[in-house]
Amino acid sequence: MIAEKMIFILVIFGITLLIATYLTYFERKVAAFLQDRVGPNRAGPFGLLQPLADAGKMFFKEDFVPSAAERALFILGPGIAMFTACMTGAVIPWGNSLHLFGRDISLQVADVDIGLLYIVGFVSIGVYGIMVGGWASNNKYSLFGAIRASSQMISYELAMGISLIAVIMMSGSLSIREIVEQQFDGWNVIYQPVGFLIFFICALAECNRAPFDLPECETELIGGYHTEYSSMKLGFFLFAEYINMFISAAVISTVFFGGYHFPFMQELGLPANVVSLLGVAALFLKIFFFLFVFMWIRWTLPRFRYDQLMHLGWKVLIPLSIINMVLTGGFMLLKDYLW
Amino acid sequence: MQSLTNRSKLVVNKKMTFWERIYLPAIFGGMRITLRHFFKKNKTVNYPEVKRPFSPVYRGMHVLKRDENGAERCTACGLCAVACPAEAISMVAAERKPDQAHLYREEKYAATYEINMLRCIFCGLCEEACPKEAIFLTDRIVPASLEREEFIYGKEKLVEPVDQRIDISLRQIKSYPQ
Repeated sequence: MIAEKMIFILVIFGITLLIATYLTYFERKVAAFLQDRVGPNRAGPFGLLQPLADAGKMFFKEDFVPSAAERALFILGPGIAMFTACMTGAVIPWGNSLHLFGRDISLQVADVDIGLLYIVGFVSIGVYGIMVGGWASNNKYSLFGAIRASSQMISYELAMGISLIAVIMMSGSLSIREIVEQQFDGWNVIYQPVGFLIFFICALAECNRAPFDLPECETELIGGYHTEYSSMKLGFFLFAEYINMFISAAVISTVFFGGYHFPFMQELGLPANVVSLLGVAALFLKIFFFLFVFMWIRWTLPRFRYDQLMHLGWKVLIPLSIINMVLTGGFMLLKDYLW
Repeated sequence: MQSLTNRSKLVVNKKMTFWERIYLPAIFGGMRITLRHFFKKNKTVNYPEVKRPFSPVYRGMHVLKRDENGAERCTACGLCAVACPAEAISMVAAERKPDQAHLYREEKYAATYEINMLRCIFCGLCEEACPKEAIFLTDRIVPASLEREEFIYGKEKLVEPVDQRIDISLRQIKSYPQ
């Protein structure tokens, strides 16, 4: 039983890292296609070995620590970013259970009762990696990036949490598997379109993705919090960002788009195991769609100005999410009262 | 005041409507444009494998021509070196021996002929100055190098090989049909 879990954890870990690696490739390809270019095509067929070449480059670069930097924290920063990014995948149900060798194998590392809270918690710890790394660099640009990152996280986490509360009120549970199971006959996005929109915008901000990539913005802050980083420490920061992106897409797919559910899954009359595997495929299809949308938005929109970012967070998204929550509660009361 | 070009626009700082202020329609509009480009054919030329044809008047690396019998046309008169605004050309003249008639077309020839490609501005004045139709600029590109010395091209790089003549017919068209 334990061995089974260990293997599953390793598989999930491996898949997460693999997808994060190839996201860098897809990002560059999508960017190229959106700009009528070809993108990386030299390393291997269609440039498929490009991520390996990048990783090789990262490993062989000089691992430099500036003399004025706070050495311990400087090393700790990328560690925290990577650790928190890898932890969040644990509570996501990657599929329904498989029936193998006479027992059910759950395709989820841990079905904790507070799954959603766990994810939100870990994502918010993730900002410490950026914060600590940026501060420890002892560079004004890094510090700017770190301050921007933390204030951005604080402003957008509120709206994100409140938009999730509306979903949690509807499903009555914080367990992600429970939320997915309840979307069997209708995805949450149908009942919570505004909540989805708020969550999506906040997810972009939480991942430091364009148009909210103020913490790193190359043009103003020369890379922001990771200005002083080189070699695999920089690699960890960039990698953690892509893992976060993958997990965000997974959370959006599970919480708002039915997770491993797909239309007509019972009507097909297939064996339960096949339906489960198709469900996993459906979930990954949804995840990849959202990853594409993330990239699509990045290569469409310009970066927000800092005051616009704060304005959108505090004066638009938070009131909107509170109204959304109150209306959801009101409708639920009305429903109980009428039926 | 009357505008001269009629291209100036009146700037208005009007308040945005609610629909404009929520930005979403504009964002979706932008995303539609980028998605259209996603399916467009890209315009990249994969350079070392695919080469774009140059214009016939392109001025690249020089060639020292041979005549139809394979003898060098250059007589080391030095007019190209005089014409050169960058002073990139230098040469040493020599007298032809009786047994070298198949090598050099006239009695005087260039024993050494050097063009410094780092000085050369590829203006083509050497080609215009040459009375013997010996030097031409071609559509070949001077390759990059790590050493400055390697950019001084001697006769071994400039004179065309007897068996691989370099086509300069496009450079000799005097007028192009409009």
